[in-house]
Amino acid sequence: MEFLIGNFAELTITGLVLGSVYALVALGYTLVYGVLQLINFAHSEVFMWGTYAVVWVLTLLGASGTSSLAGAAGYLAIALVAAVLMSGGVALIVERFAYRRLVRQNAPKYIILISAIGASFVLSEIMGLRDKIAGFLGLQGVLGDYVNNPRNTSTLPVEIKPEPVLQIGNYMVRDTELLIIISALIMMFVLDQFIRRTSFGRQIRAVAQDPEAASLMGANSTNVVRLTFLIGGVMAGVAATLYMIKVGATGFNVGFVLGVKAFTAAVLGGIGNLRGALLGGLILGIAENYASGILGSEWRDVTAFVLLVLVLLVRPSGLLGESLGRARA
Amino acid sequence: MTLLEIRDLNVNYGHIEAIRGISFSVEEGTITTLIGANGAGKTTTLKTISGLRKVHSGSVFFDGKDITNAKPYERVKMGLTQSPEGRRCFPGMTVMENLEMGALLRKDRRSAAYREDLERVFGLFPRLQERVKQAAGTMSGGEQQMLAMGRALMARPRLVLLDEPSMGLAPKLIRQIFSIVDEIKAQGTTVLLVEQNANQALKRSDVAHVLETGKIVRSGPGEKLAADPAVKAAYLGGDV
Repeated sequence: MEFLIGNFAELTITGLVLGSVYALVALGYTLVYGVLQLINFAHSEVFMWGTYAVVWVLTLLGASGTSSLAGAAGYLAIALVAAVLMSGGVALIVERFAYRRLVRQNAPKYIILISAIGASFVLSEIMGLRDKIAGFLGLQGVLGDYVNNPRNTSTLPVEIKPEPVLQIGNYMVRDTELLIIISALIMMFVLDQFIRRTSFGRQIRAVAQDPEAASLMGANSTNVVRLTFLIGGVMAGVAATLYMIKVGATGFNVGFVLGVKAFTAAVLGGIGNLRGALLGGLILGIAENYASGILGSEWRDVTAFVLLVLVLLVRPSGLLGESLGRARA
Repeated sequence: MTLLEIRDLNVNYGHIEAIRGISFSVEEGTITTLIGANGAGKTTTLKTISGLRKVHSGSVFFDGKDITNAKPYERVKMGLTQSPEGRRCFPGMTVMENLEMGALLRKDRRSAAYREDLERVFGLFPRLQERVKQAAGTMSGGEQQMLAMGRALMARPRLVLLDEPSMGLAPKLIRQIFSIVDEIKAQGTTVLLVEQNANQALKRSDVAHVLETGKIVRSGPGEKLAADPAVKAAYLGGDV
């Protein structure tokens, strides 16, 4: 307890950083759930592919050594574009091949769920076996470093050195931490406004509230579903970039635990609810951090799920409850 | 001129034949009504015309074009809209947002024509104008019915399908809704009406058809059907 009090500011800030990444990934789960009432289990891999886009594009650009955040700003901006394109693209592929046919044929939900779990394994293993796949295609010579040792951790070619910029309590907040929290909040705000104010956003809400009535208005539900996956993918791409700034390394299996945490965040806040995803992500990040501060880091994951169970016992529909469909205008 | 033509239509729900070989047409500028008991296939017919149900056999023509396999949004684009059974307003959206959803496929949302259509809807349903910012889910059944009809008109349709607009409403509201149906016709929009409230519906129908277990068993001018003893006995019992 003394540790918690002594390090309260630090634990809170670093918890918020982690929570920001959870929240951005949670949006993908919550959006797809809002429109299809299905959990997109492949979303974790959409995130994972984004982290690799960051590594690859920085390797391609020849970034190396150590740099301050400001010094690497140009590189990171390009990496962000690459990650957004990659994650957005992978999300569209998941929609096209794991979902569209089954949704159109009104397949039972568990079938679509299994299809998504299958897609998740395929996406993760393609990354984990990329040397073999490149070899099979005769591209190993060309791709070399990009595909070697696929089951090992891949690190960011440039090491970003965080610099303290702001004192809160007895903790000096670092520029990377500030960037991550602010970026996540900005993305959340932009998305919230997009869903509430634009014609596309109104269509997404209409399909979430009553798909058949939306069809009668002329909504093309296939396009709306595709757009929903794309937005989720874009958010995961932003999350992947922020994650790489913070963690600096990724692997073909990083999606799993992060995906489960983000999904937990979405359920905690109220699945289908955008603001719930933000709240759930931040609370989860902070709670985990406090618990690992007090009890030791091995308690981190346990805390996340105990918290989830406790909240759901009291509020089965999550903290904010309401779904995307019933979100107030 | 024939605006809508249904030819020998069959629609199945799994193994159940919901619609069994019905044919009828809707002339431009008229009110055509389908009456019948629960489960006779009235709603299924409208859903099929809007493209929400797959046709087993037969065809649907709109404005001379075969739309049997057209997507729902293609039909809306051609000028065929629907106010569905049970209203189905978007509960979390405001009245204005619901109306804007009705105009989803219009590209002229900043034009005078659009403004005019909005005024027309507010003219028909002054209640809606008073409540533009209210969430649809918090309105009464009658107000939601008005919204569903107004929403269907916002696409500036040539044919509007109205599925049970009087369902669950108080007698006074029912009369009001039906007089608005007359006004919609007077303003030049063709109406295909489905009703259980046969008395009110038949009175104002140019043509009416009686549906029984998926088949048309009687057809004729509304007034004439209203006077038919068999129709009277079966459908005009305790009506308003």
